[in-house]
Amino acid sequence: MKFFRLLGRSVRDAFKSVGRNFALSLASISCIVVTLTIIALSIIISYNVNNFSEELKKDLTIVAFVSNEADETDLDKAKKEIEAIGNVESVTFKDKSEIMKEMMDEDDAFKTAMGEWDAESNPLQHTYLIKVKDIEKIGETATTIKNLTNIDVVKYGEGMVDQLVTVFKVIQKVAIVAVVALVLMTLFLIVNTIKLTIFSRKREISIMRLVGASNFAIKLPFVVEGMVLGFIGSIIPVFVMIYGYYSLYNYFGGKLFTDLIKLVKPEPFIYFASIIVMVIGILVGMFGSGRAVRKYLKV
Amino acid sequence: MEFIRFKNVTKKYKNGVVALYDLNISIEKGDFCFVIGGSGSGKSTFTKLLYREEKPTKGEIILGGLKVNKLRNSNVYKLRRKLGIVFQDYRLLPKANVYENVAFALEVMGESKKEIRPKVLKALELVGLKSKLRDYPDDLSGGQQQRVAIARAIVNDPKLLICDEPTGNLDPVMSMEIVELLADINKKVGTTVIMVTHDKEIVNNMKKHVIALKDGHLYKDYKEGEYIDEIL
Repeated sequence: MKFFRLLGRSVRDAFKSVGRNFALSLASISCIVVTLTIIALSIIISYNVNNFSEELKKDLTIVAFVSNEADETDLDKAKKEIEAIGNVESVTFKDKSEIMKEMMDEDDAFKTAMGEWDAESNPLQHTYLIKVKDIEKIGETATTIKNLTNIDVVKYGEGMVDQLVTVFKVIQKVAIVAVVALVLMTLFLIVNTIKLTIFSRKREISIMRLVGASNFAIKLPFVVEGMVLGFIGSIIPVFVMIYGYYSLYNYFGGKLFTDLIKLVKPEPFIYFASIIVMVIGILVGMFGSGRAVRKYLKV
Repeated sequence: MEFIRFKNVTKKYKNGVVALYDLNISIEKGDFCFVIGGSGSGKSTFTKLLYREEKPTKGEIILGGLKVNKLRNSNVYKLRRKLGIVFQDYRLLPKANVYENVAFALEVMGESKKEIRPKVLKALELVGLKSKLRDYPDDLSGGQQQRVAIARAIVNDPKLLICDEPTGNLDPVMSMEIVELLADINKKVGTTVIMVTHDKEIVNNMKKHVIALKDGHLYKDYKEGEYIDEIL
């Protein structure tokens, strides 16, 4: 009960103090707004990149062509060898006559050209369609498969996949560095806001000490003030994020430029992301003020 | 019954100044004790050691069975809750009225409004300020402000009231009133009172236990009624 009374008092004091040191509070809040907006953006980008990578993983297939000299035993052996590779998730065999049929169905030109082929004269090759677990290692896996006996050519969207993976990695790294830098700057500003509050309430603090307020009771209002700054600072980014993402999603119709890059559906993703952004705001406020209290209050 | 005991207490500050040398003092429960001495005699250090604002360099301080010098920083508040402290400069909150100033001491301990109200009214009645509940410190005279500070110090029913030159800013009439109020609290409630002062007249008039300090040493410990204007 005492704890809740102290907490109630601290919340009241915290709001009062935000008003009293309005200019500095506004500076902290603005900084939190910028930081959290960028964090929100990073979350949206990272989550979409992850989602897209997952989708790619589902779609990306290594196609391994089997030499026409291979007999039944060789085919079985090759399949077992491919399955034994760590990064391989599944292996599907596709007969060359089946491929021929598919190609003929796809295009009339193929139909005319291939119509004269029979099982013996079909120059196409049997193939294995291979799915991988980790698309980042698809290059390595393709090389391993290529080196197996009776496997002629291995194809996957080399250039595009490699480039995409690299670009995504760079985007994620830049986002992380930007977020860390901004979080540190915000912490610094919050420490200073709370420091000023501590100075303006020095007399009150000294009286609190004299009359026997516990360290916890002395610290609590300042920590709550930091949390309030963080909370207020998170409101705008959360709204921007929810409204912005919905608009973006609807504007692009759920995909970015091509059918290949699908955006994550706004619900429930955007609400979880909002909670994360808000919690980050509150935690940054809490740690910032906690640090200031330890440094300047000496309790 | 012994309430406060200083055993061979020495206090040396970080800047090398020695404020107290090997001090041995005993104060009884329910006592009214003056601590006197000139500037630099160690009076303020003596009170600071009592409420654990400072720690002795050597020796031991026992207050109501509690070893004050052994108290950890995080537990100092437990000692302070058993003490009432009054200063020369009142130390009131300027933006809070009389009631709020006194209630503040209980609020920060997490007491409920229901518990706080009767205690605050009782304390203000005792200091004779029940009619000034809504006044702000700036509207009051020095003597009245000091009464508010005393009400705040006694609102929690402390075992010991430490007064560091409480009459330093007051004229002789008001000073006497404040000391009589303290004596009244001492008599009625049984609170042990330690009052640091350099006001000759008060000490002479009251004829209480007097501890005289000089240059950080115990000059003399006068039992009740023994003190005759000597060193002040």
